[in-house]
Amino acid sequence: MTSTTATLAGHDGHAAEAHHTSLPIENRKLAIWVFIASECMFFATLISTFLIYRGQSLKGPLPADIFEVPLVTAGTAVLLFSSFFVVMALNGAQEGNRRKLITWLSLTVFCGVFFAGMQVYEFSHFYHEGLGYSTNLFSASFYTLTGFHGAHVTMGTLWLATLLKDAIKGDLPAGKALNLEIAALYWHFVDVVWIIIFPVVYLMSLRS
Amino acid sequence: MATTVLDPAHAGTRSRSVLVEWLTTVDHKKIGIMYGASAFVFFLIGGLEALLIRAQLAGPNKDLISPEFYNQLFTMHGTTMIFLAVMPLSAMFFNFFIPLQIGARDVAFPRLNAMSLWVFLLGGIFLNASFIWGAPNGGWFGYAPLSGRQYSPGVNMDFWVIGLQILGIASLAAGVNFFTTILNMRARGMTLMRMPMFTWSTLVTQVLVLLSFPVITVALIYLMVDRVFGTGFFVPAAGGDPMLWQHLFWVFGHPEVYILILPAFGIISEILPVFSRKPLFGYSAMVFSMAFIAFLGFGVWSHHMFSTGMGPLADSFFSLATMLIAIPTGVKIFNWIGTIWGGSIQLRTPMYFALGFIAMFIMGGLSGVMHSVAPADLQQTDSYFVVAHFHYVLFGGSIFAITAGAYYWWPKMFGRMLDEGIGKAHFWLMLTGFNLTFFPMHFAGLLGMPRRIYTYPGGLGFDTYNLLATVGAFVLAVSILVFMWNVVRTWRRPADAPADPWGGATLEWAIPSPPQEWNFTEEPVVSGKDELWTLKRAAGVRTLPEPARSDGRGIHLPGPSWWPLIVAIGILLFMVGFMLPRPWAFPFGPVGLVGFVITLVGIFKWAYEPPDAHATPH
Amino acid sequence: MADAHAAEHEHGSGGATYVKIAVVLFVLTALEVLLYEVCYGESMTGLASLGASLEPYFVELLLLLSAFKFWFVAMFYMHLKFDMKLLSWLFTFSLVIASVVILALLALFTYNRGLWWPGGLW
Ligand SMILES: [Cu+2]
Repeated sequence: MTSTTATLAGHDGHAAEAHHTSLPIENRKLAIWVFIASECMFFATLISTFLIYRGQSLKGPLPADIFEVPLVTAGTAVLLFSSFFVVMALNGAQEGNRRKLITWLSLTVFCGVFFAGMQVYEFSHFYHEGLGYSTNLFSASFYTLTGFHGAHVTMGTLWLATLLKDAIKGDLPAGKALNLEIAALYWHFVDVVWIIIFPVVYLMSLRS
Repeated sequence: MATTVLDPAHAGTRSRSVLVEWLTTVDHKKIGIMYGASAFVFFLIGGLEALLIRAQLAGPNKDLISPEFYNQLFTMHGTTMIFLAVMPLSAMFFNFFIPLQIGARDVAFPRLNAMSLWVFLLGGIFLNASFIWGAPNGGWFGYAPLSGRQYSPGVNMDFWVIGLQILGIASLAAGVNFFTTILNMRARGMTLMRMPMFTWSTLVTQVLVLLSFPVITVALIYLMVDRVFGTGFFVPAAGGDPMLWQHLFWVFGHPEVYILILPAFGIISEILPVFSRKPLFGYSAMVFSMAFIAFLGFGVWSHHMFSTGMGPLADSFFSLATMLIAIPTGVKIFNWIGTIWGGSIQLRTPMYFALGFIAMFIMGGLSGVMHSVAPADLQQTDSYFVVAHFHYVLFGGSIFAITAGAYYWWPKMFGRMLDEGIGKAHFWLMLTGFNLTFFPMHFAGLLGMPRRIYTYPGGLGFDTYNLLATVGAFVLAVSILVFMWNVVRTWRRPADAPADPWGGATLEWAIPSPPQEWNFTEEPVVSGKDELWTLKRAAGVRTLPEPARSDGRGIHLPGPSWWPLIVAIGILLFMVGFMLPRPWAFPFGPVGLVGFVITLVGIFKWAYEPPDAHATPH
Repeated sequence: MADAHAAEHEHGSGGATYVKIAVVLFVLTALEVLLYEVCYGESMTGLASLGASLEPYFVELLLLLSAFKFWFVAMFYMHLKFDMKLLSWLFTFSLVIASVVILALLALFTYNRGLWWPGGLW
């Protein structure tokens, strides 16, 4: 009951300060979608390069010598789950259910940290196996592609962590759920990019 | 000036607060003016570089400047004119006039808009500062492996790579901002198909920016890590393929030329109807042809690479796709002529430049169609014929249109009319100088004069053409001086331009000149295309009564903010960190790290800053 | 609370739907890894004949599975199915341009290496 009241109050407060927009969508939500559309080209270029340079390295180590499917599968699963967690958190935020919001959002942030940690471990492992950034074309295109994806995960984790801080302080009521909604959209996008990277970069490269 | 002299005691504090006002402003009009002023300075610098180039090429075997400096001049001339002059001059009009044309009080994200400006300005200053250490010298398209560490060991190309990367951030942020603004901030009643054509051209331009700049961003990242960390993306010895650079560059580069010309199309489509007293001919055809040009623009990039030996299949595909673009472009030219056909033509200065644009752009367009024929292109590529072509579209096209826009919108921006007599002198000088400079280059090119050579032997048949081009370049320079004289002269007059000096059709002419900070005292409601003409026709008048200035009481405006400027400084430092020598460089050194921290902290402070923390007292 | 839930169910995007999608996504990822193991792994020698028959279509099957995952996340988690059509158009348009550029670049590079189609790359 109290949460319903909070939701309504939040929505009213929001509506009162909202500007007139020509489309039934908030500026920030439209903007994050425009940004995502632009990012498609960013990752498309990185993925093209990785594929164009497949099999063009002059020396090893090559993907088959070095990739570890179980570890990356774990990372992939964690990132997928985090997408689920963040929609649940958003659900909680929109309902004005602070406990639900904080629980699921903490899990999301944890997943982000786990994924980034997985990548740091993976990179340092590869490095010790002799795969430096400039070792060959595979390493350069692989590290650039997955590194920029990892940077996106890190930024997204920071963003979600900031919102978690807000939520804990009680600063993320239903009326401000849009703050989480746009972060969640960005987070899902980072996830779908990985949905492509995982098979295209890892599984396909492992074919002998 | 007079006020400063009258009150010396307060002059210091006053000028400081004015400075702070401009540094922290989020007003799209002030941002637009700053875009314009800085772009004009860069335009003058780029023009000076062109004059040095022309002086060196005035006759055979000259040694006015060294070959090394010549390489820096043509690289910086191209880079400056494209990224620091034409793009931001268009951005000046986007900033000032998009909110006005769609009836909004500001853009969707005013602080992001300020950040775009500062990132652009700092990036431009950074690029030009390179002259102290050695300016970029690998051509404006920075072909690998020439731009790689092996063949460009100095800092020259580092400046280019980092500089363009910084400018790209500004363009992408502006792209998100203006796309959102145009879709979501339109006045009530202004459907998409009622938008002014300049607004349409801006929208389509932002789509091109958003989808093409990420590609150059990635390509520049590769080039940067090749240079800084020794990777081999474009290094043949490491298995890398320099062709990848060319492809990625032109996947960006072709949309980029439309980013340069579409705003010009928009400006011309505003001016022709107003000075023909006739609505734009074939409005929807104009919209769809522009969208079609933009869409096709992503499928033609390899026409810049016919000489790389892509094979007959790829050559044929890109030839045909390129020829296809002539159709929507032809539609536009046809419709412009259809617009003035039978109109009651008012030959004012903006109209002079608009008509000049049509003629010059057609010539540039025709030589462009010639390039689409792969076998012919093999003869023309890398010759002065290409130089002639792209100057006809970029100067005869973009700069003529931007100048037309400057004369057209000057009264709205500054409340002063530019002088008609000086304006027409400006036009004739510019038209003469322009054709004298660039028309002979067609012949020099067909005779075999290659681009980017710092001198040439006599007796090959292009001595005269080069001399003519040099004379023309100085006539062009004089025409720009005439424009500056026009600005200075009219600036001394009182700011008494009427709200609607030309009998305009779009919303910006419904408010006082210059507009008040809040643009529209009452948010307008639109009932159709050419809203102002509809109103005038309904009232049976030629000009609507002069709009009253209001005190803006009760109008909510976003407050000023320091964070856009601070974040821009952070981004600059972060990027510069990549090109510094080892102990200072990014991963381990302090400069990039400091930049990173400033950026991050700035973004956080920005996110938590109440949007109207410093609400202006109304 | 009840009102909010009803509203969510109208949208078909309540917590229950999210859980179902999560299960589907997990199963699809498991299928991807399974496909790899069956075709190339050493742990599934018992399914060698199945692996041999699937192997020629490995890339196609893998991309198909990923496309499903992509679609589910975009439609339900990113809410495209319920939001305004413009957002779907925006995303689709950029994805189309991105895919065409990827395919064209691959085709250009493989053609130059004496192959007709990027299929030769993998
Ligand atoms: Cu082109």
